[in-house]
Parts: sequence; structure tokens; C-alpha cells
Amino acid sequence: MSKINIKIDDQAVQVEPGTSLLNAAKEIGIEIPYLCYHPDLSLHGACRVCVVEDLKSGKLVASCATPVTEGMEFSTRSQRARVARRRNVELLLANHPNDCLGCDRNGTCELQDIVHSLGIRSEDVERLEGERREVEVDEVGPSLKRDPNKCILCGRCVRTCEEIQGVSALQFANRGFNSIVTTAFDLPQRDINCANCGQCATVCPVGALTEISEIDKVWKAIEDDKKYVIVQTAPSIQATIGEEFGYEAGTIVTGKLAAALRRLGFNKVFSTEFSADLTIMEEGNEFLKRLQGDKNLPHITSCCPGWVKFAEHNYPDLLNNLSSAKSPMQMFSSIAKTYYAELEDIDPASIYTVAIMPCTAKKFEKDREEMNDSGYQDTDAVLTTRELARMIKEMGIKFELLNDEDFDELMGAHTGAATIFGTTGGVTEAAVRTVKEKLTGEPLERLNLGFRGINDAELVIGDKTIRVAIANGLANAAELLDEVRKGESPYDFIEIMACPHGCVGGGGQPLPASREKKDKRAAGIKAIDDQMVIRKSHENPMIIKLYEDFLGEPLGGESHHLLHTKYQARPKN
Amino acid sequence: MKDIIYRSHILICTGTGCTSSGAKKMRIALEDELAERNLNKEVKIIETGCHGFCEKGPIVVVYPEGVFYCEVKSEDIPELVEEHLLKGRIVERLLFKEPVTEENIPSYHDIQFYKKQERIVLSNCGKIDPENIDEYIALGGYEAVGKALSSMSQKDVIAEVKNSGLRGRGGGGFPTGLKWQFAHEAVSNKKYVICNADEGDPGAFMDRSLLEGDPHRVIEGMIIAGYAIGADEGYLYVRAEYPLAIKRLEKAISQAEDYGLLGDDLFSSGYNFKLHIKKGAGAFVCGEETALMASIEGKRGMPRPRPPYPANSGLWGKPTNINNVETYGNIPYIIKNGAEEYSKIGTENSKGTKVFALTGKINNTGLVEVPMGTTLREVIYDIGGGLGEGMKYKAVQTGGPSGGCITSEHLDLPIDYDSLLGVGAMMGSGGMVVMDDGTCMVDVARFFLNFTQSESCGKCTPCREGTKRMLEILERICEGEGEDGDIALLEDLAHHIKDTALCGLGQTAPNPVLSTLKYFRHEYEAHIFDHKCPAGVCKDLASAYLIDKETCVGCSICAKACPVDAITGTPKESYQIDDDICISCGVCASKCPVSAISQG
Ligand SMILES: Cc1cc2nc3c(=O)[nH]c(=O)nc-3n(C[C@H](O)[C@H](O)[C@H](O)COP(=O)(O)O)c2cc1C
Ligand code: SF4
Ligand code: SF4
Ligand code: SF4
Repeated sequence: MSKINIKIDDQAVQVEPGTSLLNAAKEIGIEIPYLCYHPDLSLHGACRVCVVEDLKSGKLVASCATPVTEGMEFSTRSQRARVARRRNVELLLANHPNDCLGCDRNGTCELQDIVHSLGIRSEDVERLEGERREVEVDEVGPSLKRDPNKCILCGRCVRTCEEIQGVSALQFANRGFNSIVTTAFDLPQRDINCANCGQCATVCPVGALTEISEIDKVWKAIEDDKKYVIVQTAPSIQATIGEEFGYEAGTIVTGKLAAALRRLGFNKVFSTEFSADLTIMEEGNEFLKRLQGDKNLPHITSCCPGWVKFAEHNYPDLLNNLSSAKSPMQMFSSIAKTYYAELEDIDPASIYTVAIMPCTAKKFEKDREEMNDSGYQDTDAVLTTRELARMIKEMGIKFELLNDEDFDELMGAHTGAATIFGTTGGVTEAAVRTVKEKLTGEPLERLNLGFRGINDAELVIGDKTIRVAIANGLANAAELLDEVRKGESPYDFIEIMACPHGCVGGGGQPLPASREKKDKRAAGIKAIDDQMVIRKSHENPMIIKLYEDFLGEPLGGESHHLLHTKYQARPKN
Repeated sequence: MKDIIYRSHILICTGTGCTSSGAKKMRIALEDELAERNLNKEVKIIETGCHGFCEKGPIVVVYPEGVFYCEVKSEDIPELVEEHLLKGRIVERLLFKEPVTEENIPSYHDIQFYKKQERIVLSNCGKIDPENIDEYIALGGYEAVGKALSSMSQKDVIAEVKNSGLRGRGGGGFPTGLKWQFAHEAVSNKKYVICNADEGDPGAFMDRSLLEGDPHRVIEGMIIAGYAIGADEGYLYVRAEYPLAIKRLEKAISQAEDYGLLGDDLFSSGYNFKLHIKKGAGAFVCGEETALMASIEGKRGMPRPRPPYPANSGLWGKPTNINNVETYGNIPYIIKNGAEEYSKIGTENSKGTKVFALTGKINNTGLVEVPMGTTLREVIYDIGGGLGEGMKYKAVQTGGPSGGCITSEHLDLPIDYDSLLGVGAMMGSGGMVVMDDGTCMVDVARFFLNFTQSESCGKCTPCREGTKRMLEILERICEGEGEDGDIALLEDLAHHIKDTALCGLGQTAPNPVLSTLKYFRHEYEAHIFDHKCPAGVCKDLASAYLIDKETCVGCSICAKACPVDAITGTPKESYQIDDDICISCGVCASKCPVSAISQG
């Protein structure tokens, strides 16, 4: 179709049909403010902060929800439009706690940015003030805190949970001024079907949805002389935490990350990539066994705790298809409190394990009743990327000035296969590398699966054709699983990550996160893998040593006890 | 049974109004009485829908004479049967009394309430048994759909509706034919028609009465619409609080199915159409078309931005035509009698009739159907019988929570869509509340805003937050806490909300405030600056009453009437009111024979 001619603030512009006024204005360098609009979600048209004046009809229209039509003329700068945008922000502020200084989102709050850029002052808001929303805050966890008093009812979380995750744990309730976003029957997060993925928190423009912070717990452990505090960082963190310190998305800051962790006072600084290689050893062999015995196929990955909980609620009949291998984080912690404690001669009771994760669901995973195989709670605390950045900032550590350092010996060693766990498709690629070599002795070429949505591939290993599929976003996952349930799935191996783009798009990653940023983060992770000398998990020398010294065989008795787990069916709602 | 020819037919209204004033009990009494006197083979009882004259219910009409009895109780039955049915004498005391002339009027058509009306949509209401499809058919029902399906193309039907000038009766007044054309032109293998019977305006009951009194008319209108746009399925979205309407619709649909008027291959034309009833979710905003469709889809009733309009993407994303009950109620007449005939009724840009629900401080409350262009004066004084004794006309509120008021200077305004908008009011769905000088206009504005604020779906900022702030300002004005600047702030917010709200609810919510500010600004000012409520309604502002010593004749009536003993004095001399005790109820002033008492 040919382009559409419109006029924005007297400038003639040509844009693609279907473009919204908001995006048309953006093309000529005018940023119209908005709060409820989100490029990954359906149109909502609720905040009315993006209104512009349609000069022909004389009406104010929401620019996010109005598509261009031929000959349209509109003004972003008319007095009516300008005042109306301000007034709607003022109305939101009149019912918003004046708590910016103590808010987790201070500095990353989209409402704050808009107030600042529109130049709204306290006196503009004071004249509108009256009753304020006062409802209970849900902070029982395990992963997220929901403070409806800060909520501006943009509905992004509701749409994310429904459209991207297919969970619909959040919904609008009540009417008029009493409207809120809440869960079914106002139940706390721990009692509902929430996957704890935290995607809602990544789209929330304000501080109404945030992770349950464990910073205080971790400081206390570090400050306790009797505790031996071991930290592990997930593969994706090195590609994302830089954003908190002004780096371009996708910049790899592994060395500075290790250095910063040491400055904070952790006794040992390790990488979860070590145990990601271990996961591949276990899960790869498990898959091989299922493939050879033609049992419980398709094999479905289980390293994403958001996905696991979603499966427990919605696909209890498919739990046998999930790999019984624990996630890398949990494998790491159980080895840390057994093998590593023995090796270093440390009383495991004094070991405190902290995991830096891209994820809010990991906070839930660590508290699962199944995760005590070391004889202690395997993982003691989980910090998101954002929480770690906060600790680094608190200590005044100039991240960008740090010299690169290495992870500590032993549980820091890893391969490229482990690194790519940090992004969608990574687990599949890592597992297939090992499986293929084991079966044929030949190395695997790159699968090059896409980052977004559902992707699949077919590869020939020896005389077998293996079909793999990956899905990120639970609504996408549900499509694949419904096929499995009906017995119509063509796949042998399915990898599922709850968060779009996998862990680089996790619920604990730096904010704000756009699709483009997540693409860059994922590309950064792949680039590390490309440069690795050892790219196959089974070649990790420390893993070889671990099996020789301690575990024996993959899927053997000790492995089974420490590295595998069980799942439980949970109610659908 | 069918062959029996009855000597008389007794029509008992069993609309919601008459039922609540005892129609059912009276019917049983009548059955018993007829049986006792062996008249049950000669006299047939027919339950009908609403006559619109609910004020005087229960209503009974005896044919063939067409005598119209009001407020008939079960105790009146023996006399009615004895006198009218046996002796052929009219029971004068049960006749309708014209309020102005006090004259007893026996016949339906002579009562002023009906005389000025022109009943197209309501023509069958009160005349036929709505639960019997034969009665509808006997009066020409389903002829229009037969005509459309056997001799008109889809385009012909649309052209006819366009030419008729019919505009949507659900409030917006959008040209119906044009709407059908859009849905017709949308390309899709599946389309829907929806009838909006959510009727959430406080005080409105036009749609309910039509559905209860003549459900087939609406069904017929929907089948014609479905044919015109190419839909094979329709939904009637009915307010859950209308159980009788739902029951009658269910019955009507099943009868129409039995007669082959719904289902496959209607009139051998190859056209299929089926209808479903969906009970409303009980919220005012669910009457908004996009919220209504969300509600049918099982989602929360929340409006969404338009475009896309329902004609292109409606129910389940399919092209959908949605009209109001009354809009569909006009269709059979238009198709049967032609656009030309229909467009003779009404004004230049508003054709046909409009049904209004007349309530408030008026003698004859009820449902009236008048040609567009009838003046407010005719509706209020000729049809409505004027205000109650001693009451003075102040304003009429039209359009409910989205409308405005019309003052006495506009009493002679011919009513149509555009004239009402011109004076800052609105046709809305047809609610008409008559107010007298004992009404405080600030309080009226507060009432409506309280309604819209609590019914707002809460989605968009201006409506959710803005109407709350307006309501707070109105509340403080009514409580005597109003401040200089409040009126300006109210106006600022009102225009802002109208300009930026997402749906019609928010866009029209400030109308009652703007309209009262336009015509009764002095009342707002009196509240804020003089701390007085001129109508004496706002309790916190009511000042104590005062007795004028000169006028007082010392009759002591006031002192006896005062509920809190605030009045003392000496008989035959004079009385005084103690400010501290007086609760400003005004009883004394209303009792004083020489009008010596007024509010200070
Ligand atoms: C808040 C709100 C409530 C509404 N309620 C009703 C209603 O109860 N009945 C109705 O027919 N239309 C109602 N409407 C109008 C509908 O959105 C729609 O315009 C109408 O059903 C179209 O029918 P018409 O063209 O026949 O008037 C409402 C609109 C709004 C904004
Ligand atoms: S954490 Fe995930 S599943 Fe839970 S409410 Fe948020 S988006 Fe939905
Ligand atoms: S919690 Fe956040 S994302 Fe959800 S509606 Fe409120 S402000 Fe929007
Ligand atoms: S105007 Fe009011 S009712 Fe309509 S969408 Fe906005 S909040 Fe909801």
C-alpha cells in the first residue's frame, strides 16, 4: 500500500498505513509522553497522557490508539492538547503517594520522568488533591511486592500477564475511584497461579510492582564473620548489569562484575555457568536416555522456575516430560554445600549461598520444599540484577573504573555452552552439542534459533532426525504444550523460558527494557560463546574433575540425590 | 378453545410497574369472581405489557368499550364485575380523573395522557398479550420481515432505513441506516447483530416496557437488521434486573422458532438467523457498546478505544451492528409502511417518535411516545398533567447522568436531538425528570456525578480521577465548605474530562454540572459565598426559620407542628423560633395559614 500523507504541527509527513499518531510523531522527532501504551502489548488507550488535537474534527484523541488516515492534520503543541496532557498527569499525581525518595523505582520511574519533562510542580497538583487510594500492600512474596497505592492503573501488567504469559493472575477490580489492579479474590501472590516471572514488574511504569528485596539479608550475612558467603552469578548478568552503570545494552562486563562482587565482601565469587555445564551433563544424558528408550518425549527443559510453576498449575499431566534435572542455580548450591565444603574443609552449616539472578521466580525456587538436598536450604538468598546494582551503588563502587578480575577457581570454570543459558535457545543448543558429540563424535554447527516467540529446527544426528523447538513467553509455550497434550507434537526436545528472550529479558533485569535492548543483550551473550575456547559442557575440566572426585556418573546415585528433583501438581487458579 | 368468542376482553397490565402495585393479586381476585359468576366462558382475561401510565397502576382496560380503569385493587373487583360486566354500567370512581379539569374520563383515547401521544413503537403495548405470538401476528406482526426477505434486497432494506431518517435511540442519535451500511460493507464470513437492552440510566424504563409489552417487535427489527448486514446470529444483551423482560423474550424467541420465524431458511429465502439472550453484568458502563461486547465475550465490561468501530471489528472481532431496543422497535413500521410515511413524522433532522420516561414532580408519571418536535410544554402540561399542587416548575432534566437541564425559558422548544444539544441538554435514552423549585440544582449535579463516578469503569484517568475531584468539590459546596475558585476549578475539570475521557460515560459525565452551572450559577454562588441553599435542600446550609412578628396571628399551629419543639409563644399574640433547636425542616412554614414563616 502507498504511504499516507499527514500533517503534524504543520509539517507534512509520509508514513506507513496503520502507523499510530504517536509513532508518526516519533518519526519526525517528537516524543509524545505516554504511560499505558507499550509496544509489545495490545492497545489500551487508558492513561490519556498522549492526547493530541485532531485539527479537522477539533477533538482531542489518544495518539497511541489513533491510526493515521489520509489528509489528517493534528497538533501536538496546541494549547488544548498541551494542557490536557499535563492535567491528566496532575490527576494521576493527586492520587499517588508522595513517596518518590523511598521508592525502588526512584530514577527509573516513567511517571517521574514525565512529571519532570512536563515541568509539573507541586502547586499544580495540590489544588486537585483530595481522597487518596488506601489499600493493603501485598508483600508476603515469595517474589513480588504489589503496592496498589502507587498503581496508576495503566493495565500494562494485566495485559502482560494475560497476553504474553497466558496466566491472567492480575485483573482490574472495583469501579470508579475504587478501581484497583489485584489478584483473584485479592489473594496474596503466594496463593495464586502466578508464575513469579516478574514480567509484570518489568512493564510497570511506576513502583507498584517490584521484587521482594533480599538486600538486607545479604548484607547481614556478609557482615557476619561466622558466615562463609559464596556468590554465584547467572550467565546473563554479565550482559545486562552494565546498563545500570551507563553501558550500552549487551556490553559484556564479566570482569568488572567479578571485581565488584569481591569489593562487596563475598568470600568466594563464582559463576552459575559452572553448574550450567553440570546441568547439561545431567540433562543431556537424560534426554539421550529418553531418546533411546523413546520414553517421556518430548523432553522439556526445567531450568526456568517460572515455567516450572506454570506447568505445575496448568499442565500437571505433562510433568513427567519435564527434565528432572535441577536448575543450574540449585545444582550450584547443593554442590557448594557438599562437595565444595568438603574440598575446602568448611563447615557447610556456615556456608551462605547467594545467587545473582535475572529472575524473580528464582526467589520462589530457592524456597521450594524440594530444594534442601545438601541437608540445608541449598540457596539462602537470591538477588536480582537490579538489587545487586543497588548494593554496588550503595558502596560507592565506581563500576566503570574497576579492573577486570576472574571468577574464583573451581566453581568459576565454565564453557561457552553454559554462557548461552542466559538467552532463549541456549539450553537447547548446549544440550544438543553434547548429545551430538556423544552419539557421533562430530561437533555441532550453530542452530541459530531466533530470539523471539517460538522457533524450531531439525537436525540429523547419526541416523536420527531430532526436532527441537524453543518458546519464550508462557503464552507461546502453551501453544507447544497444547500440541503435546493432544499427542500432536512433532518435537523431541522443547526448551521453555517464561520470559520473552529468555533470561536476558528476565523479571529482575535492568529497567526499562525494550525489545531492541533485549535483542542486544542476547547478541552479547552469543558473542561470548563464539569467543570461548571450550564450548562444550562435557569438556569443562572442572566438571570432569567433579564427576571423577565426587559424583561418579551423570544420572548416577549421588547425582540423582543432589542434582535432580520432583514437581508437584498445583491448582489451576 | 380457539373457537370460543368472548363477549368481553379484560386487559390487565402486568408490566413491572403494575405488578408492583398489586396487579397479580387483583388478577387472581378477578379470575375467582368470574368463575363464581360463571362468566369465565364469556370474559377473557389478557395480561398485557405496560401502558406507560404506571403512576395510576394497576391498569385495567375493558373491551369492546375500551374503558380505562386506574388503580384497580382486588377489593374493587366484585364491584367492577357486577357493575360493568353484568349491568353494563361504568364504575365512575375507578376512572381516570384529569388533574386539571377533575373530569372523569372513561376512554383510553380521550385521556390527555394518551391524546397527544403518537404510538408507533408502543402501539401494541397494553393491547396484546406479549406472551402470545398470534396476537402480534394478528396486528400485522412479522409482515415487515416477510416483505424484506421476499421482495427486498439487502441494499433496498438499508436504503429504506436510511431514507426514513431513523437515528439511534440509545443516546448518540447516529443514523441507523448508515450504521447498517457500514456493517453491510464490511467483508467477513461471520457477522453479528446485537440489541442493547442494558438500560442503565437511573429512572429510565422505556426499553424494559417495550420488551415486556411487545417483544416480537424488537425481534422482528433484529431479524431485518441481520438480513440487511448479512449476519446469521444475534444477541440480546438484557439488564439482569429485568427478569420479566428476559422471560418474555425467551418465550417470544421460542415461539418465533416454532413458527419458523427464527432459524434456517426464513420465508424460503435461504436466510438463516438465530438469537441468543445474554444477561447483563449489572453495570451502567456495560451499556457502552464496546464494553457490552467485551461483557458478552466473558471479559470485564470495559470500553476500548474506537476505531475500530463495531461495524468493522465488533463481537469476537467480527463486523457487528449494535442498536438500541427502541431503534429496532421502529424498524418493522418503516419496512411495512415505507420510509416516506415514516419520515412524515418528526422534524427536519430527527424523524419518527421518541419514547420518554416521565418522572419527578409531575402528576402523570409514566411512559410517553411523542413525535419528534413536540414541545416540552406539551409533554409536561398536556400529557404529564403539569406539576403537583403548589409546585412551581424549575427545570427538566433530560438524558440522565449524561444530560442537562432545560429551564422554563425553553419550555416551548420542539424536542429533537439537535435542539436539546443546543441548550446543553441531551436526548439520551429518554429519561425526563421534572423538578420543582424545591430542588437544589447543586444537589442534582452532585447526585448525577456521584452516580457516574461510582459507575465509571475506572479505566481512563480523566473519568476515574477527574470525576472524583469534581464530586469532592460538589460535596464540599453542598456541605457549606465551598471556596472561592471552586466554580472555576469545576469548569476546568469538566471541560478537561469531556475532552479526554475514553468513552461516552466520561465524555458526558460533566454535563449535569456544566448545564446547572449555565442556568443556575447563582445557586452555586449562594452556596459558596452566602452559605445558603436557596432551595433549602442542603442540610448543612439550611438556616433556621423565622416568624415575621407583624404577620403572625398567634394561631399556634406552627408550634404544634414543630417536631422538635423549637417554637414557643403566647396564643393570639405571637410566636418565635429558637435558632439553636430549629432543624430547618420547614414543616412550620408549610402549615402557617398566613405565610408568616420563612427561612432566615
Ligand atoms: C456509559 C454508556 C452507557 C450506555 N448505555 C446504553 C444503554 O443502556 N442502552 C443503549 O441502547 N445504549 C447505550 N449506550 C450507547 C451505546 O454505546 C450505543 O451507542 C448504542 O447502543 C447504539 O445504538 P443506537 O445507534 O440504536 O442508539 C451507552 C453509552 C455509554 C457511553
Ligand atoms: S509474575 Fe508473571 S505470572 Fe505473576 S502476575 Fe506477574 S506477569 Fe503474571
Ligand atoms: S501495577 Fe504497574 S503496570 Fe500494573 S496497572 Fe498498576 S501501574 Fe500499571
Ligand atoms: S470514560 Fe469512564 S467509563 Fe469510560 S473508559 Fe474512561 S473510566 Fe471507563
